[in-house]
Amino acid sequence: MSIEAKIRAYIAENFLFGEADQLAVTDSFLDKGIIDSTGILEIVMFLEEQFGVKVADSEMLPENLDSIGNIVKFIEKKSGSK
Amino acid sequence: MKPQRLLHEALQFSAARAGNAGKVAVVVEGKPYTYGDLLDQALRLSAALRSRGLTRGDRVAIYMDNTWPCIVSLYATLLAGGVFSIVNPQTKADKLEFILNDSSARILLTDGHLAKEFLPALPLVRQPLTVIASGQLPASPQIEAFDEVVRNTSPGEASREIIPLDLAALIYTSGSTGNPKGVMQTHQSMVFAAGSLIEYLRLSEEDRILCVLPLAFDYGLYQLLMAIQLGATLVLERSFTYPAQIFARMQEQRVTVFPGVPTIYAMLISSHGRAPLSFPGVTRVTNTAAALPDEFVVKLREIFPNTLIFKMYGLTECKRVSYLEPELADQKPGSVGRAIPGTEIYLLSPDGKPVPPGETGILHVRGPHVMVGYWNRPDLSEHMLKPGKLPGERVLCTQDFFRMDAEGFLYFQGRSDDIIKTRGEKVSPVEVENALHSIAGVREAAVVGIADPLLGEAIRAYVVVEPEANLNDKQLRVACAARLENFMVPKEFVLCKELPKTATGKVSKKLLLQQSAPA
Repeated sequence: MSIEAKIRAYIAENFLFGEADQLAVTDSFLDKGIIDSTGILEIVMFLEEQFGVKVADSEMLPENLDSIGNIVKFIEKKSGSK
Repeated sequence: MKPQRLLHEALQFSAARAGNAGKVAVVVEGKPYTYGDLLDQALRLSAALRSRGLTRGDRVAIYMDNTWPCIVSLYATLLAGGVFSIVNPQTKADKLEFILNDSSARILLTDGHLAKEFLPALPLVRQPLTVIASGQLPASPQIEAFDEVVRNTSPGEASREIIPLDLAALIYTSGSTGNPKGVMQTHQSMVFAAGSLIEYLRLSEEDRILCVLPLAFDYGLYQLLMAIQLGATLVLERSFTYPAQIFARMQEQRVTVFPGVPTIYAMLISSHGRAPLSFPGVTRVTNTAAALPDEFVVKLREIFPNTLIFKMYGLTECKRVSYLEPELADQKPGSVGRAIPGTEIYLLSPDGKPVPPGETGILHVRGPHVMVGYWNRPDLSEHMLKPGKLPGERVLCTQDFFRMDAEGFLYFQGRSDDIIKTRGEKVSPVEVENALHSIAGVREAAVVGIADPLLGEAIRAYVVVEPEANLNDKQLRVACAARLENFMVPKEFVLCKELPKTATGKVSKKLLLQQSAPA
């Protein structure tokens, strides 16, 4: 599974509850109202476990985490720089 | 000098003060807007609302995130003589429809990204409704573009008909009966409440107040009202979802006032545990909605080394009841303090007799900040507003149990209803149960709050499903998320064969909790 597919599956399962087809790669999680402050911590934990990266508190920003596309870019950057 | 009587006069006066037109009134996600900008845009939109038929006392629903258009909409409504109601942007179509109909709103101001929820609600609204949306518009001839409407209308004048006794806002809050109820607040009450809060929080026009709380929540709303009344600056963020962004903004914007709820403080403290945080510029930290644990206070002093910490208590029906002076925190542990300036509080027994110091009674609140009542709900108003000391006067009976010491300091003892407080938000178990009952295949449901370190209380749903329905907890969560605001969606679902009943056949929540105490 690609990074995007894994992330989409996780978001679908845990936040969209199965309706992930409707979520475009660039859709903002905040705009879609699907993630709140406790949700973002769960996503970070998932990324750390699934991709073996360490997410610093200072990286918990919309540009890294607020859409499927942003997360993919963020994970690629983190994995590449390891 | 002309005294401030109306809520929007705060904006007019602050913008007119020497040198203030160019002062930054609000910073929205990093973007500054001056008092001059705010008054100009609000007067334009206000004229546009009037030209679309808004008259004195008409309701305007503002279904928006914490954005610049939301703030412009609020002041435009007031300047036009209307009554605003800010609806939480997490609200789903059914509840939005309820609020639009209940308030018989004449105008809906919203944002394009919420179209998925507001479009299905529109055909069900009984009265003619003008819809103006910011951002990207959905394809619908009924909807006008916010920016164009503002740009294409010349600034008008403030309505001259409004007096302080007119309604300024309907603030919808969860009710124990399931449907939200609109708390009616007048200009006079809100101007008074904002002034009282400003006084005890010792705020000044130099302050830079952070707001990460939804403006639909009165605690968030008053950060804006206080900032504008002071001629200070509000630093508005959409939410606390991305804490790193908030921390950076606090530094960059030199925030001096940090209002939060325990869930936010828990996240702040946990972040501080991983990488130390320090905001020496913050001089006031405020907490309400749920009790701030003592161990939090110790950590908050590390994070905010120069701050006063205010513990407070309130309810939308009178905005705020009490606050504890920070200097007395050590002397009065566990207390939420005394009445806010200009108001009075006392305890009565269930049969209306005074309660001696140290004993538990029902909290009553007297003051200009008390609501007029609930919109369209005289029965519920009757329950909360009781005859007061003077003929014709009504005082607020909070229905909450407190103890008061001889010096008038309050200690919370418990609620008389079963409202759940989660993440600082009130949730009606009935509203969640109604949502569960509307799911095909659900036979019975009961919802309770259980203690949770991060959320205060977490929502747990006990559900009995029809044998052939084959519903699991994921499907129940999907169905709930489609019907309820995020914070109302149960965290846990417990599937049961049946629910325990009392002798009269009602579901016994007490027995439920006993039976399924987590291992």
